[in-house]
Amino acid sequence: MAVGTSGEVRAVGRARRHGGAPAAAVEPLREGAMGAEVVIEGLTKSFGKQAIWRDVTLNLPPGEVSVMLGPSGTGKSVFLKSMIGLLKPDKGRCEINGIDVVTCSERKLYDTRKLFGVLFQDGALFGSMNLYDNVAFPLREHTKKSETEVRRIVLEKLELTGLSGSEDKLPGEISGGMRKRAGLARALVLDPEIILCDEPDSGLDPVRTAYLSQLLIDLNAQIDATILIVTHNINLARTVPDNIGMLFRKELIMFGPREVLLTSDEPVVEQFLNGRRLGPIGMSEEKDSAQMALEQEQADAGHHDGSTEDVRGIVPQLQPTPGLPERQGAVRRKGRVAGVLHTLPEPAREGIIASLTPEERRYYGIPEPAVTAGSRMPAHHGDLDAGDVAELPSSPAWPGDEQSAPTRPLRRRRGGS
Amino acid sequence: MSARSTSVPGLGMLRETGKLFALGLDIGRGIFQRPFQLREFIQQAWFIASVTIMPTALVAIPFGAVISLQFGSLASQLGAESYTGAGSVLATVQQAAPLVTALLVAGAGGSAICADIGARTIREEIDAMEVLGVSAVQRLVVPRVLACMLIAVLLNGMVSVIGVLGGYFFNVVLQGGTPGAYLASFSALAQLPDLWVGELKALIFGFLAAVVAAYRGLNPPPGPKGVGDAVNQSVVITFLLLFVVNTVMTLIYLQLVPPKLG
Repeated sequence: MAVGTSGEVRAVGRARRHGGAPAAAVEPLREGAMGAEVVIEGLTKSFGKQAIWRDVTLNLPPGEVSVMLGPSGTGKSVFLKSMIGLLKPDKGRCEINGIDVVTCSERKLYDTRKLFGVLFQDGALFGSMNLYDNVAFPLREHTKKSETEVRRIVLEKLELTGLSGSEDKLPGEISGGMRKRAGLARALVLDPEIILCDEPDSGLDPVRTAYLSQLLIDLNAQIDATILIVTHNINLARTVPDNIGMLFRKELIMFGPREVLLTSDEPVVEQFLNGRRLGPIGMSEEKDSAQMALEQEQADAGHHDGSTEDVRGIVPQLQPTPGLPERQGAVRRKGRVAGVLHTLPEPAREGIIASLTPEERRYYGIPEPAVTAGSRMPAHHGDLDAGDVAELPSSPAWPGDEQSAPTRPLRRRRGGS
Repeated sequence: MSARSTSVPGLGMLRETGKLFALGLDIGRGIFQRPFQLREFIQQAWFIASVTIMPTALVAIPFGAVISLQFGSLASQLGAESYTGAGSVLATVQQAAPLVTALLVAGAGGSAICADIGARTIREEIDAMEVLGVSAVQRLVVPRVLACMLIAVLLNGMVSVIGVLGGYFFNVVLQGGTPGAYLASFSALAQLPDLWVGELKALIFGFLAAVVAAYRGLNPPPGPKGVGDAVNQSVVITFLLLFVVNTVMTLIYLQLVPPKLG
């Protein structure tokens, strides 16, 4: 599986380079700034003797939202820092818009970094400045905007993150969640082309995490930035991204369309998504076979393994708030994924086909989906209507327009369970 | 970054030294890069001055007194009382003032710089700044280094004056020296290059103290305790460096500038 997946990743990359046109034909692309493309090849990092991860190869398509999953201590944060050139990888390339941040000159590195908005785990605000100055800092350093304009932008971003009225507070005086949101406001102030989020949900309650997820999706719809989120929040990973990757055992075991990982049979993925103790992930990074056998024995004897129910399966993806423009990244993704559909595993393929409208299926020459009554991996149905599985609206989704919208989502998968 | 290289003793030290030099060169380059952070420079200069002036003045008085007393008693035993003032001025201006300055700039100013930058490093503020496309060396370190150098030069002048006054007071009041003779002999041995070399030393010591403090602050051992250790190390390393550099500079000076009575 792992080998097959990395092959698939390359195939996705190739298809993207050659296959931009169909998407554009279905949905005329808005002209203007598009998120930056990130191409990572063979990236390897170790601290002294200890390898962190080896040979990571992936491709963040422009304007799409990706999530990097992985158990604690698998070097997810190190991966983010390597992407922005804060840490030097031992080997490999990381190209941002064609500039390799591993080998480029310092001047180019600083220029490239201006494309990034990075949300650090603790917000990483400047402790000596109040929130207003923190958020204004990038504007004052990099632009020649007048102070009134700076003020307008800063207040707008603070309002976006729900921090209006807290401009004069120092980072030491506010809660961790507020620091995190202020860090996000600062990351957004230069309208970045790439947004990197290091565990945006840690220290936030589930409701605020949901708001933050919605905020990221809305931002993506508005500025078409490429987004990479590092997290181990399963709910966020299931609903937010277009692509999901997973780091485990010093390797990127998977990276591809969300449907692939969400329907995967890989034991690691299954264990991680369901948060159970049974499986290859142990308290320290790996488990030996004796421990695994013992746990299996206990589970067979009726000992609870920590999980609740199987949450695998494709759930509806988060959509931009009604009234916002459509996500261009999602539009491009449809064309990209349609091009590599035949290389994807069966359950993922079914999920993707079910998410397309009949017109789109005709356009890409994809056969109508078979009724998947015997699907091995049905979507897990909560209260949400699983009919709009991974629905990507083809026009701005106004609430009132729904009746007349020509592209109703298929409801075939409802029979899956 | 291989395991083999760390197993060779002394290589780790060489690597650290190399990195320290690299930072020194980066700072040297950063000094000429625009925009210059004037505001940060003034704030830091003010801060370093405010933490060093009082202790420096308090150290300078007994320092000048000790030199003056020691030299006065020695001179009177040799029957050279008329040179008491000359000797203590020379010792104060050329050696004592730059060293006192350096110790206080390193101990008070450098430790504050190291703690400040170290705390920012472990709170990922430095990373955040780098990610925002702002060079931390140019934005934070260069103003601090320049502020340290400026304050070291100014402090050196202050220590010279206070040290000489203290020496005068103790010699005249406690040892019963002649005020006129003390003042008159000032220029007997001392010459203007002595003052210049004292100021040059202070300038270089200020630079070294700030570079070492910034280096340790940017590369602290992990954790909050690491910052404490880094501050400690930066002060110790600075002291060691300063005394070595002082010896070298004194030797060069003695070779280059002919003594007045020769």
